[in-house]
Amino acid sequence: MATVTLLLELLLMVGMAYSFGFLYYGLYRNITARVHGRFGPSIAQSFWDSIKLFSKATSTSFGWMFTAGPIIMASGAVMTVLFIPFFNQGDHLQGLSPYGNLLVVLYFMVLGPLGNALGVGSSGNPFGAMGITRGLTRLFALEMPLYLATIGLMITGGTADIHTLMIQQSTTPNLLSHPLLFVAAFLSLVGFLGKSPFDVVGAPQEVYSGPAVEFGGKFLALALSQSAVFTFAKLLLMVDLFWGGAATLLELIFKTFVFFVVTVFIGNVYGRFTTVQSVEFLLKVPTVIAIVGLLRV
Amino acid sequence: MQQGLKQIEGLRQEGFVPYHTSLTEEVTAQQRTLESETEGLANTQTLIEKAIHWFQAHSMFVVAYGTGCGAIEMPPVFTSRYDIERLGVVGVATPRQADILIVSGYASLKTLRRIIRTYEQMSEPKYVIALGSCTINGGMYWDSYNTIKKLEDYLGVDMYVAGCMPRPEALIEGFVKLQAAIRDQTLEPGYVRYRDDYAWYRRNQEKVLGKNIAPQYEENYAGMELS
Ligand code: SF4
Repeated sequence: MATVTLLLELLLMVGMAYSFGFLYYGLYRNITARVHGRFGPSIAQSFWDSIKLFSKATSTSFGWMFTAGPIIMASGAVMTVLFIPFFNQGDHLQGLSPYGNLLVVLYFMVLGPLGNALGVGSSGNPFGAMGITRGLTRLFALEMPLYLATIGLMITGGTADIHTLMIQQSTTPNLLSHPLLFVAAFLSLVGFLGKSPFDVVGAPQEVYSGPAVEFGGKFLALALSQSAVFTFAKLLLMVDLFWGGAATLLELIFKTFVFFVVTVFIGNVYGRFTTVQSVEFLLKVPTVIAIVGLLRV
Repeated sequence: MQQGLKQIEGLRQEGFVPYHTSLTEEVTAQQRTLESETEGLANTQTLIEKAIHWFQAHSMFVVAYGTGCGAIEMPPVFTSRYDIERLGVVGVATPRQADILIVSGYASLKTLRRIIRTYEQMSEPKYVIALGSCTINGGMYWDSYNTIKKLEDYLGVDMYVAGCMPRPEALIEGFVKLQAAIRDQTLEPGYVRYRDDYAWYRRNQEKVLGKNIAPQYEENYAGMELS
């Protein structure tokens, strides 16, 4: 019985991440449109896009590795979301978090981009390879501040268990008690969500949407859906680690949404860095902030 | 019809030789561009098909090929002034991701090769919007030595937007009509014609481009062999 409940809950978690991810993405497109002085599409537009792409009759593959790429990406995203507890109390929607801690989550977060690299590489498209090179270079710079910040949290909390870390924040959230670690991790989140100024990977003007250049039909559908799930997973992780998690669904939506909107505004205000600039920035500013924060722990 | 025949006959007498060999061919082509809505096909859709077609109509990824001067009218359509994203239409960077190909104006022989390649790399269902008179009958380039006259001879075109150059409103109306046609399934898609009558299209392509063009089209044509 317990196994069945767990399985159902896992499905529910992925479903929630999928729908919230697409909803947020729709809002992102709307907010950006308002910033441009337009009306923008319907909020559910991204969801319609994904259904349309799944219903495409043909999608070109370049061999089994190409087909496996998006699947590895999607499993990376799904596993990430399953290991992050949704709520800071109760037994429900805790997912697999009792079986794996923050280190496992950080490990799964890089699985997706690596799978993507293998798949795109086998298409032989030079723009795909360029996008992947940019992506992995940026990933290396993004991880530095994020890992330093999470190490800081693990040292202060004395544990790597996300649920315990959440409960420890019941009086003051880490956001206030460790502001430097938060700023470092948040800048890294902006990059992880692919927002400007760190959106060097899928730049449509320079590398023709980079890794997704050869993805059509169902492959693109899978890539978009996994990015929706992954976006929600990353927001959830930030809320859990720095804002004490959430007790109710409404609180969860509110907190993740606040983080999301801030990244959207940052993305709308700043222009794009080049790859070198973004790596330099990430290795200088957030990394130094994280190190200072780590020393004060 | 009579009017059209007379006009073309008049042109012939003045010494112009239209691209199409037979008169009826020319006139039916004209007729087809005028009657964008055909009937029939619809009403037989199941509920799921209806839903899928609705989603396909309301989410269109466009690869906008700026071949001719009409291309200058496309940026306003996609940006703040006319904001076609309202209708679920967005531009994408590669043909693999696209559902719609816009050929915006005259196509020179050199460009035609690229247009055909782009078209063949798109995944089905795919549609083509031909923008401007030049794609319908040659427009003001109709007697040029290195542009094609009728795009329909080389690709399956689904929607024509007439004008030289068509205003952004006209292009938007073309999109709206195409959406309605996809939703209600009132058109025979160009890609089906292209697949079924490939020999004919290929012959036309070879007639103007010579034999040295992209390999024979197959469904799911990958562009290169890698396995
Ligand atoms: S129809 Fe007119 S505007 Fe369009 S490509 Fe031809 S000449 Fe240019």
